[in-house]
Amino acid sequence: MTLEIDGIGISFGGIKAVDGVGFAARPGEVTSIIGPNGAGKTTLFNLISGVYPTAAGTVRIDGRDVTRLPAHLLARAGMARTFQNLQIFPQMTARDNVMTGCHMRERASLLADLLGLPSSRRETAKSRIAAEAALDRAGLAELADRPASELSYGQLKRLEIARALVTGCSILLLDEPAAGCNAVETREVDDLIAAIASEGRTVVLIEHDMRMVMRISARIVVLDQGRKIAEGTPEQIRNDPQVIAAYLGAHGAAEAEAAHG
Amino acid sequence: MAGRSIGPGLRTFLIFAALVVIGAALFPSSYFYRVGTLVWINTLSVTGIVVLLGYVGLVSLGHAGFFAIGAYATAILPQYGLPSGVAMLAGIGGAALLALLVGRPILRLSGYYLAIATLGLGMLIWMVLSKEAWLTGGPDGMAVEGMSARNLFKLVGLSLKSAEAWYWVAGGCASLGAALAVNLGHSPWGRALRAIHDSDVAARSLGIDVARAKSAAFVISAVYAAVAGALLALANGYITPDTGGFMHSVEMVTMAVLGGASSVFGALVGALILTALPQVLTVLADYEHMVLGAIMVLTMIAMRRGLVPALAGLWARRRP
Repeated sequence: MTLEIDGIGISFGGIKAVDGVGFAARPGEVTSIIGPNGAGKTTLFNLISGVYPTAAGTVRIDGRDVTRLPAHLLARAGMARTFQNLQIFPQMTARDNVMTGCHMRERASLLADLLGLPSSRRETAKSRIAAEAALDRAGLAELADRPASELSYGQLKRLEIARALVTGCSILLLDEPAAGCNAVETREVDDLIAAIASEGRTVVLIEHDMRMVMRISARIVVLDQGRKIAEGTPEQIRNDPQVIAAYLGAHGAAEAEAAHG
Repeated sequence: MAGRSIGPGLRTFLIFAALVVIGAALFPSSYFYRVGTLVWINTLSVTGIVVLLGYVGLVSLGHAGFFAIGAYATAILPQYGLPSGVAMLAGIGGAALLALLVGRPILRLSGYYLAIATLGLGMLIWMVLSKEAWLTGGPDGMAVEGMSARNLFKLVGLSLKSAEAWYWVAGGCASLGAALAVNLGHSPWGRALRAIHDSDVAARSLGIDVARAKSAAFVISAVYAAVAGALLALANGYITPDTGGFMHSVEMVTMAVLGGASSVFGALVGALILTALPQVLTVLADYEHMVLGAIMVLTMIAMRRGLVPALAGLWARRRP
């Protein structure tokens, strides 16, 4: 499904945290949002996913206006996300965390759940299978029975991806999925995201690791101080003088060069 | 994994039922049966608190109100010609309906704000029970006519003393209630409730209708309280507005937290300690409350998550 953002914005205490940002993310592609700290990237995600109410602009999924839909209905419309500041369920096992992502597919009634009827147990069994497949994909199969509170930061990042995937989403917002990962893990996350997109899902990515961004993005949107300052292919962004000057600076340009070369 | 074939709910039921039987085997007199009955009734109402507080993380300081609605409906309606069983069901239904109506607006609150809002709800119910003397007997309370548990057992050819009969009924209800709560905990709805406990934002992002789930948990816990209230009214044959008072609400939450709010076994342990211990501590006369308070404070300092989860954690760590 295509995600179209148009002129979206919100202010906190008179400061425009996100100001008139618009872009489109297409199925089968990774669209990355980059920008320095405080540029409004996570706030933009919170607007798109219904955590904050949008003050201006529209969000569309395949042309359908979903702008002020509450978060749980956006999820039903096919959108899932991960969180920069980790929103896992620490009291549950890794498997139960991911099984919770199956909520929308589970078809048992409250009464059936209380009575432990076969219909309820069947749903749980199905969710368990789906969760284990997603854990396996995220490279966490051996950790399924561990309490989530015992997992490392990088593992929790991947646990959130598994949990989002299992919802069956067609639009996936990933907020710094490679944070806290070492080089090998980053490469794994990188491959996982590319694979997710290649299944025809629309992936929107916030990431600081420029090598990763340049490698897997079809399009890149650059934010600075709440505004979009550039948009284009990795090639265009890498060579955009405004981006290099205003945002990437000498260090970022060198890193981009390194990834390129 | 052990016992996968029999399911967690059934396993819990069997454990509780075994404890009901063991209790009965140890009791030397009717007095013990009466205290035992109270333990199981409290276990039942505290199991509702486990669903609300332990699963979803919502604090209610007004659940004695729902308890009293169950109790007073069972006491009042038979005076207008309704059979006890129907009166009981009406009380439970009434409590559920009130929880549903009140739940939607007040469950938007969280933390202390929710605690205060539920406190207000409990106060209102308590005030009605205390002031409307023509209906409820006022502060003096009222006698409860009606169903005798002995007659239930006579139907199947058992002749029991009244205290014994109520013990078995209360124990059976508590076992059933525990099994349902455990089933819920292992189910799709249970996972949604526990998700809300840990992260509201993440729960929403997974498509969980948080308002609806909270409301469901609130209604379920109100039903637990009302069933317990109805049982108490019938078993005691007398009720006072204190069943709906603030102290009783606090007592329920304290039992849940002391035993461990995340587990139905915690509900049982909390109810057992805070029901039976005061009976034991009466030998200390004036110092009874002081000792009881000290035990509670020390337990909570040493075992923050409550007795059952803390001991279960120790046990799990002991095994290699």
